[in-house]
Amino acid sequence: MTATAERPKGIVRPKAKVRLGDRVFSLTTVLSGALILLVLVLVALFLVVQSIPAFSAKPNALPGLTGSFWAYVGPLVFGTVWAGILALIMATPFSLGIALFISHYAPRRIAAVLGYVIDLLAAVPSVVFGLWGVLVLAPFIQPFYSTLVNTVGWFPLFAGPVSGTGKTILTAAIVLAVMVIPIMTAIMREIFLQAPVLHEEAALALGATRWEMIRMAVLPFARSGIISAIMLGLGRALGETLAIAIVLSPATVINVFLLTSQNPNTIAANIALQFNEAQGAGVNVLIASGLVLFVITLLVNMAARFVVNRRKAFSGAN
Amino acid sequence: MSIAIRPRTATGANTLTAGKLPRGTAWWLLVVSWVIFTVIFLLLKASGATANFNIVGALFFGTVLFDVLIVVISRIVEGGRKAKDRLITSLVTTAFIVTLLPLVSLIYTVISRGVARFDPMYFGDSMRNVISVGGGAFHAIIGTLEITAAASIISIPIGLLTSVYLVEYGRGHLANGIRFFVDVMTGIPSIVAGLFAYSLFTIIFGPAFQAGIVGAVALSVLMIPVIVRSSEEILKIVPNELREASYALGVPKWLTIMKIILPTSIAGLTTGVMLAISRVIGETAPLLLTTGFTTSTNFNLFSDKMMTLPVFVYTQYSTQGPIPAPYVDRSWTGALVLILIVMLLNLVARLVGRAFAPKFKR
Repeated sequence: MTATAERPKGIVRPKAKVRLGDRVFSLTTVLSGALILLVLVLVALFLVVQSIPAFSAKPNALPGLTGSFWAYVGPLVFGTVWAGILALIMATPFSLGIALFISHYAPRRIAAVLGYVIDLLAAVPSVVFGLWGVLVLAPFIQPFYSTLVNTVGWFPLFAGPVSGTGKTILTAAIVLAVMVIPIMTAIMREIFLQAPVLHEEAALALGATRWEMIRMAVLPFARSGIISAIMLGLGRALGETLAIAIVLSPATVINVFLLTSQNPNTIAANIALQFNEAQGAGVNVLIASGLVLFVITLLVNMAARFVVNRRKAFSGAN
Repeated sequence: MSIAIRPRTATGANTLTAGKLPRGTAWWLLVVSWVIFTVIFLLLKASGATANFNIVGALFFGTVLFDVLIVVISRIVEGGRKAKDRLITSLVTTAFIVTLLPLVSLIYTVISRGVARFDPMYFGDSMRNVISVGGGAFHAIIGTLEITAAASIISIPIGLLTSVYLVEYGRGHLANGIRFFVDVMTGIPSIVAGLFAYSLFTIIFGPAFQAGIVGAVALSVLMIPVIVRSSEEILKIVPNELREASYALGVPKWLTIMKIILPTSIAGLTTGVMLAISRVIGETAPLLLTTGFTTSTNFNLFSDKMMTLPVFVYTQYSTQGPIPAPYVDRSWTGALVLILIVMLLNLVARLVGRAFAPKFKR
């Protein structure tokens, strides 16, 4: 009280006392925040620095490296995108279905449990998926591939000769699809639950069936969320490594045949397979291909985040 | 749409249920379809057409049969609009069940194949001087524990401090930028994180430097964004009244955060951190590049290669000896141990979150 009494007349706003503890603490938090941005910049920077020797790498520094770097990385980029797209074609309808099932169809009481069961899929490490894909799924599904090639082999996608092991890009894409379904489902579920309840109830009150209600009230609301969920799933599928490295039997080719043993490899799987044998400029070539992958996933993720951030705060982390 | 069309079947005296399938029809049909295909597959097995009973196939084809049956029956009894609704309902349910099949198959296989080597030797021995049978994953388990612990020591402070910054201090462009790029970082492919850590240590310590700490740095790059996002969500829901009450009592901001906000949200933070750990503990690709693989136990994080459990699973499968069976067995058991660790972390994290959830009402 005495302090205020001694203060001269006039409007002097009382200043908060700046304490050392406050200074130190807020500085630490800002620094760690900035550190994250720094790390992202460093990731890009180091990859670029380590990639530069790749462009002057001699042929045969790596198996399959015969011409320029771009000729080497071209089939890999194609394989990465192709496997990702195949996985998404399978995963999108399923994720939509599961998200709808959990948000609008399953009984309220068990919906949370069902959501947790799907999250369990996300918790399985990718190397276990790979092991399962090659030792369980591939032998299981190979007879179906033979049938497909024999019956509809005239269709370009299913052209022969069929792979005897089932280690084809379609098998890899199925494993990928199973792996991205939980991520896409989580986002879509969140978006569907945000759909305005009043609209839903109004539709039901007007006599709409449940599907008509979803089509009129939920899906239009959730469109941008669905798109960004698909793109985030694509980002995850593009970067997946071990499952593909184990399941796929790769070759340096660009083709769209789903069932043969000559499959385009992906960037990530190629790095995992070659890295520990690579030497000298070969390492740089692999890092440069990693940089290409980094740029592709960064673009896809930024686009997805841009779409989803306009809606509501949601991240894949929760 | 006149009412006169509706009661097309004059079955019951009760007009309210006329033209509708009885309650529970869908569930009965589903069970019946499953039973039909179970019988078919059992017959196939009995006739010797298939080697063993295919439960996955029975469930799958049974569910498809159910989809067809319910739509046809509903179309006859209830009309087009209802039939379409039933179709979507059954498709949505089918999507859920079909997605469960890989999960069930995976867990079943991992458990049934993994128990073969789930013995004390597996947890006590390394692979040093092991050519065929025997050996264990002791070195890999030690490596995984040490590297994950190191990654946690790096990531947890940075992640928590950043989320505190975003919630308590962050305004303007820096905060928005951090938030956006943290989101983007959650999508960095794990192998790129591995390449980054490898490049970083190559530039500092010379070429081909592989050690546990490199792997820990790679895992931190993957772990930090996850911790930031989950902690941010948790800190956001701490009621503002607590902060205001603390400021009103003259408590400095940093003490408010340390003594009021963090203790209030400690359960949620713990859950988030444990989920983040469970997410990186199964990462293989970055560790394959950064820590390499070895057959002997290495306790030192800062020098020489280190084996980790996911890499152990991978290398046991990919480089099999002349007799592959023991290698594949070790691989499956590794997968089982890995899944057990991840599930345990997940379970404990969720229990902690539930048990110590903030109680706002006294």
